[in-house]
Amino acid sequence: MARFVYADNAATTAPSPEVISAMSSVFETAWGNPSSQHSKGYEAKELVDGARAKIAKILGCSANEIYFTSCGTESDNWAIKGAAYRMRKKGRDHIVTTKIEHHAVLNTCAALEAEGFSVTYVGVDEQGRVLLDELREAVTERTALVSVMYANNEIGTLQPIDEVVRIAHEKGALAFTDAVQAIGNVEINVKELGVDMLALSGHKIHAPKGIGLLYVRKGLSITNLIDGGGQERRRRGGTENVAYIVALAKALEIATERIPELDRVRAMRDRLIEGLLAIPYSKLNGHPTERLAGNVNIGFECIEGESILMWLDMAGICASTGSACSSASLEPSHVLLAIGVPHEKAHGSIRLSLSHENTDEDVDYILETLPPIIERLRKMSPLWEEIERKERLTK
Amino acid sequence: MQYSEKVMDHFTNPRNVGEIEDASGVGVVGNAKCGDIMKIYLKIDENDIITDCKFKTFGCGAAIATSSMATELIKGHTVKEALELTNSVVVEALEGLPPVKVHCSVLAEEAVKNAIADYYNKIGRPIDFEVVSDEHEDED
Repeated sequence: MARFVYADNAATTAPSPEVISAMSSVFETAWGNPSSQHSKGYEAKELVDGARAKIAKILGCSANEIYFTSCGTESDNWAIKGAAYRMRKKGRDHIVTTKIEHHAVLNTCAALEAEGFSVTYVGVDEQGRVLLDELREAVTERTALVSVMYANNEIGTLQPIDEVVRIAHEKGALAFTDAVQAIGNVEINVKELGVDMLALSGHKIHAPKGIGLLYVRKGLSITNLIDGGGQERRRRGGTENVAYIVALAKALEIATERIPELDRVRAMRDRLIEGLLAIPYSKLNGHPTERLAGNVNIGFECIEGESILMWLDMAGICASTGSACSSASLEPSHVLLAIGVPHEKAHGSIRLSLSHENTDEDVDYILETLPPIIERLRKMSPLWEEIERKERLTK
Repeated sequence: MQYSEKVMDHFTNPRNVGEIEDASGVGVVGNAKCGDIMKIYLKIDENDIITDCKFKTFGCGAAIATSSMATELIKGHTVKEALELTNSVVVEALEGLPPVKVHCSVLAEEAVKNAIADYYNKIGRPIDFEVVSDEHEDED
């Protein structure tokens, strides 16, 4: 293998050495239960409190507004179900979200629909930006919650969350954003943003999998999902995952310090996009500028994504695809369909997601490796044969 | 998707890719909407022997590997023998496929049968076997 290029940072990231070292010391020494009334417990509790305070400072809120969870999916479930159950008591049984949310949000909404809630799935434009007029029309006095992701995981499109919050609050609805992909890519201050709840996850910012958090604005009470001991101020039971909480705080701290470095990631992204769009019959999915710093999502006509990924993988490049053939379902990516990419083209889309760990040499390597793969697969595609025939006819 | 070595071999080094200009029969199955199309070309001599066989496939790794394996399994055989090719024979020859990919082997079997049906039509022989589906172009 010539080279190893990890370009799937939207799926997960490599835990950073600083995070691993912060975490290891907790495993080795501060393994106490933060609820215990002895020195070993106090030692652990101090670490959890310190991590919470550090995170609160970064997100611009107070420490008692941060609740640690097991992952982004749990945070999404808790925010949406917790708010829905609570608001139903006030006669609000309607949820507004978008067609391009992560499945953690979409399937949570579907579960609530089965319980009698109604859900409106607002559309997006061709670049993946939520249709604000449609959103404004969807939110009523019956709406409990408006849930819009900060940035899309597949096409990287950033949403105008401040505007979404304004629309929700005008009708007395709560505003929640799943910021799992956005965190570390944009500076987020929850107070300035005005959201009532925000979810994030550790493993997208070089912390381990298995740790997430939910910000819940002070004064807002949502129904518990996980009852248990009195952890997280009685709102989320379960002994605190001290090491991972420390890891999350460390990772968030580093990610925030690295925000200026995103200009370099953006430059790599744009060079990659430009280079790949030089391939005929290719198209960028998502917004050209309002997109995550490291997100590249391109559709190549007449070929299928999994085949591209397999060749890339053999060349040492890790990427991902919106094709149905890479998953257990037969439907291609709901996000690509929502932005109007036809089925057959959605199958040929791949996502390359960069982080600060990638280099210009990685971009060069992808740009020299990918075009011959596309060409090779097209040569054996009956659809490409048709395009070539049509081109011959027009000449 | 983790594939067997045999699948990887046929995916990276597919046998019989291409077209046959004056094919005796051509079969196309699948559609772009579902993400796979297989096109199989047969050259059949007067003794009903498949002397040449080529394919073109739009699809995933399994679709490409099953097309390649199917062409290899029928090349040099009689039409009658080719009609006996079932998807499970293809799967077995590939040393297995992940469950979600078994439909690719079904497509390969159907593509071969379609190509033979096309040949029968051309020479005016009645089709005495089941032809599952023709290519259905999707509108969008």
